[in-house]
Amino acid sequence: MNFDVEKIREDFPLLQRTVYNKPLIYLDNAATNQKPRQVLQRLADYYQSENSNIHRGTHKLSIQATTAYEQARQSVARFINAPAAEQIIFTKGTTESINLVATTFGERFVEAGDEILITYMEHHSNIVPWQLMCGRRGATLRVADITQDGVLDLDDFKRKLTTKTKLVAFAHVSNTLGTINPAKELVKLAHDAGARVLIDGAQAVAHLPVDVQALDCDFYCFSAHKIYGPMGNGVLYGKKEILEELPPYQGGGEMISEVTFGKTTFNELPFRFEAGTPNVAGALGLEAALHYIQSVGAEEMHQYENELLLYATEKLSAIPGLTIYGNSPEKTGVVTFNLAGIHSYDAGTLLDKFGIAVRTGHMCTQPLTEFYGVPGFIRASFSMYNTRQEVDALADAIMRSREMLL
Amino acid sequence: METISEKENTIVEEFEIYDDWLDKYNYLIEMGKDLPMIDEKHKVKQNLITGCQSSVWLHAEYRDGRIYFFADSDAVITKGIVNLLIRVLSGQTPQAIIDADLDFIDKIGLKEHLSPTRSNGLVSMIKQMKLYALAFKTKYELKTEN
Ligand SMILES: Cc1ncc(COP(=O)(O)O)c(C=O)c1O
Repeated sequence: MNFDVEKIREDFPLLQRTVYNKPLIYLDNAATNQKPRQVLQRLADYYQSENSNIHRGTHKLSIQATTAYEQARQSVARFINAPAAEQIIFTKGTTESINLVATTFGERFVEAGDEILITYMEHHSNIVPWQLMCGRRGATLRVADITQDGVLDLDDFKRKLTTKTKLVAFAHVSNTLGTINPAKELVKLAHDAGARVLIDGAQAVAHLPVDVQALDCDFYCFSAHKIYGPMGNGVLYGKKEILEELPPYQGGGEMISEVTFGKTTFNELPFRFEAGTPNVAGALGLEAALHYIQSVGAEEMHQYENELLLYATEKLSAIPGLTIYGNSPEKTGVVTFNLAGIHSYDAGTLLDKFGIAVRTGHMCTQPLTEFYGVPGFIRASFSMYNTRQEVDALADAIMRSREMLL
Repeated sequence: METISEKENTIVEEFEIYDDWLDKYNYLIEMGKDLPMIDEKHKVKQNLITGCQSSVWLHAEYRDGRIYFFADSDAVITKGIVNLLIRVLSGQTPQAIIDADLDFIDKIGLKEHLSPTRSNGLVSMIKQMKLYALAFKTKYELKTEN
């Protein structure tokens, strides 16, 4: 395979650092991954020689920045195969994208007695906005079950999908279980029942090819910072005919067409949903990250990550008393586990002292801790720059932590 | 009876022998395992201080002008720190507990466990210990007028 991980690591300056005088082993990539110097350089270049507010000035800099920002939108559209750039709305991240849809779609389409269907494995960001909206609209939030293996229970999903369901929202990939949901099939089922579909792609875009037209979803969301881009930028894709029907989300500059104190008319897509000065550098950084992935080769990257995940699963499974949560045959990105008789907080604290960054706790999926009856989890999550040696070091550190704690 | 700061110094010295973080934590884990068992009847919801990662149970008694603490946690590293806090504060007077600044935790390098984001119940535990001290002081030591 033509994928040179050592060479790739050289592109990520942060990976060179140490913690507690040990080389850093960064395995918290599902929370946010590190940035290649191409992205860092893009941010620096923007502020050094291009910084200017967009869509407003008639001066050279503003025109350049506007063009660059709109080009970034096109790059994002190509990356997820959206039909047109105007269907890409820049947001702060997945959370804001979901809130935007929950608020505006709720206002326009959801009435008392309607239902929203999500799954048991959702991130809090794909639970709470729907809860709030259901509260406002008098609608009901329903939750499709999962199996012990962390796979969506399709029969239960079908049972809970009714003529009352206005919208179905689910993670393309679960941040805790790594489960890849059968997105295309779920979209088809939802559409057949007359419901719209939002896919939370936060954990998917870095690990899977995403084609919103093939998926046929109505909305797709992700965050730049989980795909090697900067924090504070994210994406909402929507089908044009639905976006056009949604009322404005936030009011302010840029989203208007004409303002008088009596009445305001609103700008067209996508600007209607981008009130105020946007995170221009963030969008350019995201574009640089997408280019970086392209230069590495998305397919090679995915294949490398899958092999690494299999290796990690095999390595960790061999540790006595270790239970892995999430054993879906379709899985990517994370290994979430616990050690018999050991609190996840203790394990995480010790792994940190070995120089290994993992996530512990409920991982913003508190219902899953209840489902599995544990106070929390330990999660190792991978990016293209992680290595087998790092997995070996993780396994060793788990063994040693276990000896210390038991 | 040693004062709070004398006890804090003893603990700082105990930790000074360890250069490596892992050795420090090994010691802390031992302290956690040595934490005197709390009477099960005190492990009730009312005494539970929940953090989002680990939780602490805290019970306090007042005898002859001094406060005695009993505690437990579901995580052993948290228990280790709980044990240190009990060694320092248990058996002291309410006023001494109220005044304690507990900077030994910083000195031995465990301050990260007290950052509010760690949410392991320890920050709330210290607050609760001081609240007990204040409550006992108010109840037993402030003369009420009649
Ligand atoms: C599945 C999933 N959805 C949503 C989010 C929220 O993303 P952000 O915090 O970038 O808005 C995350 C991030 O942890 C996630 O993993």
